[in-house]
Amino acid sequence: MKILVSVKRVPDPYAKITPNATGDDINRDGLQMAVNPFDEIALEEAIRLKEAGKATEVVAVSIGGAECQEQLRTALAMGADRAILVQTDASLDAPSVAKILAAVFQREQPQLMLMGKQAIDMDENQVGQMLAARLNLPQATFASKISIENGCAVVERETDNGIEAIRVPLPAIITADLRLNQPRYVALTGIVRARTKPLETLTPAQLGVQPQVRVRLVRVEAPPPRKAGKRVSDVQELVRLLREEARVI
Amino acid sequence: MKVLVVAETNGERVLEKTLPAIAFAQQKASDGFTILAIGNDLQGAEALAGYGAQVVLAVNHPALAKPLAERYAPVIAHYAQQLGVDAVVATTSTFSRDVLARVAGMLDAPMLSDIITLERTNGKLVAKRPIYSANLIGTFEVEGTPVVITVRGPAWGKPEPKDNTSPVQAAEAPADIPTRSEWLSLRSSGGGRPDLTQARVVVSGGRPLKDPETFERYIGGLADVLGGAAGATRAAVDAGIAPNELQVGQTGKTVAPELYIAVGISGSVQHLAGMKDSKVIVAINIDPEAPIFQVADYGLVADLYQAVPELIELLKNNKGA
Repeated sequence: MKILVSVKRVPDPYAKITPNATGDDINRDGLQMAVNPFDEIALEEAIRLKEAGKATEVVAVSIGGAECQEQLRTALAMGADRAILVQTDASLDAPSVAKILAAVFQREQPQLMLMGKQAIDMDENQVGQMLAARLNLPQATFASKISIENGCAVVERETDNGIEAIRVPLPAIITADLRLNQPRYVALTGIVRARTKPLETLTPAQLGVQPQVRVRLVRVEAPPPRKAGKRVSDVQELVRLLREEARVI
Repeated sequence: MKVLVVAETNGERVLEKTLPAIAFAQQKASDGFTILAIGNDLQGAEALAGYGAQVVLAVNHPALAKPLAERYAPVIAHYAQQLGVDAVVATTSTFSRDVLARVAGMLDAPMLSDIITLERTNGKLVAKRPIYSANLIGTFEVEGTPVVITVRGPAWGKPEPKDNTSPVQAAEAPADIPTRSEWLSLRSSGGGRPDLTQARVVVSGGRPLKDPETFERYIGGLADVLGGAAGATRAAVDAGIAPNELQVGQTGKTVAPELYIAVGISGSVQHLAGMKDSKVIVAINIDPEAPIFQVADYGLVADLYQAVPELIELLKNNKGA
């Protein structure tokens, strides 16, 4: 079984993100970049499936500028077998990303595509579902547990109403939630080995895709700050203020 | 703008989470809106008839007994096309994120997730939505119709009741619903408390609550005396102190109750992303430097093991006073 995993380059989740001077993007000066944490979890799951003998090959794919090679090298160091960069400097929306990933999927013909449920920059949570629709494949989003058996995936999903289990026949698209696993640290030997692993570069045109961007980020601003409140000295004062001043109890 | 509102259901009944999407439609659907409710033997569609929709369509089919995206999306896409709507809308939730993004994929439509505003400027739709874990607000321009939209519940609130009752009509499911995905089970902690995203009062606890019993006694106990819901931080959920579906924050639920009481919660950026739109925030924490105090309207520096039982007692005794 071949598994395809998409890997997005995003700002480090612990970096402080602020608007830039012109207010049309974030301030990118000196910003550390990383693999989207949810994609890292998806990749970890794919590598574990390979280690468990359920998968034979793990292919990582990223879309973006040449700098995305950095995140693909991280994926290779973690244990992916090879990587594909679909190189474009365009700022793509989710349907365009889904279109490109669908073309990569058709070229690679994996039995399973794993990806993060959302990227921590735009927090859209769209691409996996759009990709599944485009390929007319079953989907299992927000996975917190995946078991592969008899050509099917049994997936536990984190929903608002509790943990839901569903079964989807493969091939399918599965998106990873936070509690699926704890990604490994990259070992030095992995970093060394990653340098010799194949990293192929393609363009959207080579995949026969002409991205047409319809959703554009035009302004970035800080939300209005909440004004600091008051300290209360004890529980009696708290209850009195909630009752008489805030009138919420 | 003509809008199709997708009701959130669990296949058996319509859920209250649908309401903010209807509130959105009341404000933005200048050319009217239709509500679509999907399930099998679905209860509660009539409750959606009092908000001014042109019609409430109820699609019932045995294959739609559980809310699987692969089965629901074709039904929604079918009616979006048949009605020729400009927007397909639902309230942000795991249901809508799962199903509506698949609808957008089927319709090759652009999508806006979790929006807090929507305007038409120079013929273009312009929406604001939280980005970067709600640390920033992004303004997005979108071209093309239909647009698939999920709306952030707290930003749109409840719809206004209308005098005229909308007709509730049974509608056919399209013939070719794929049935490859199969629903197996749902494990829910339940607990009989109000839904976290709908509750008027939310009491949340963090890692200092130690274990599930302590969490239930202090957080559950305080929530019950206030008639509220219990919530938790990611750290508390990861430590097995509280069930996953109680998690409030970037990767959990977004809540904006009238009163949010944070107990033993330091106030990480990720947690704040899920609750900082609450009307009144109370923080009880032993650490006076905890960042939660920067967003709290009322801060109490105290040991939760003393303060919470005192609070429960006081609220019990003062009931109706």
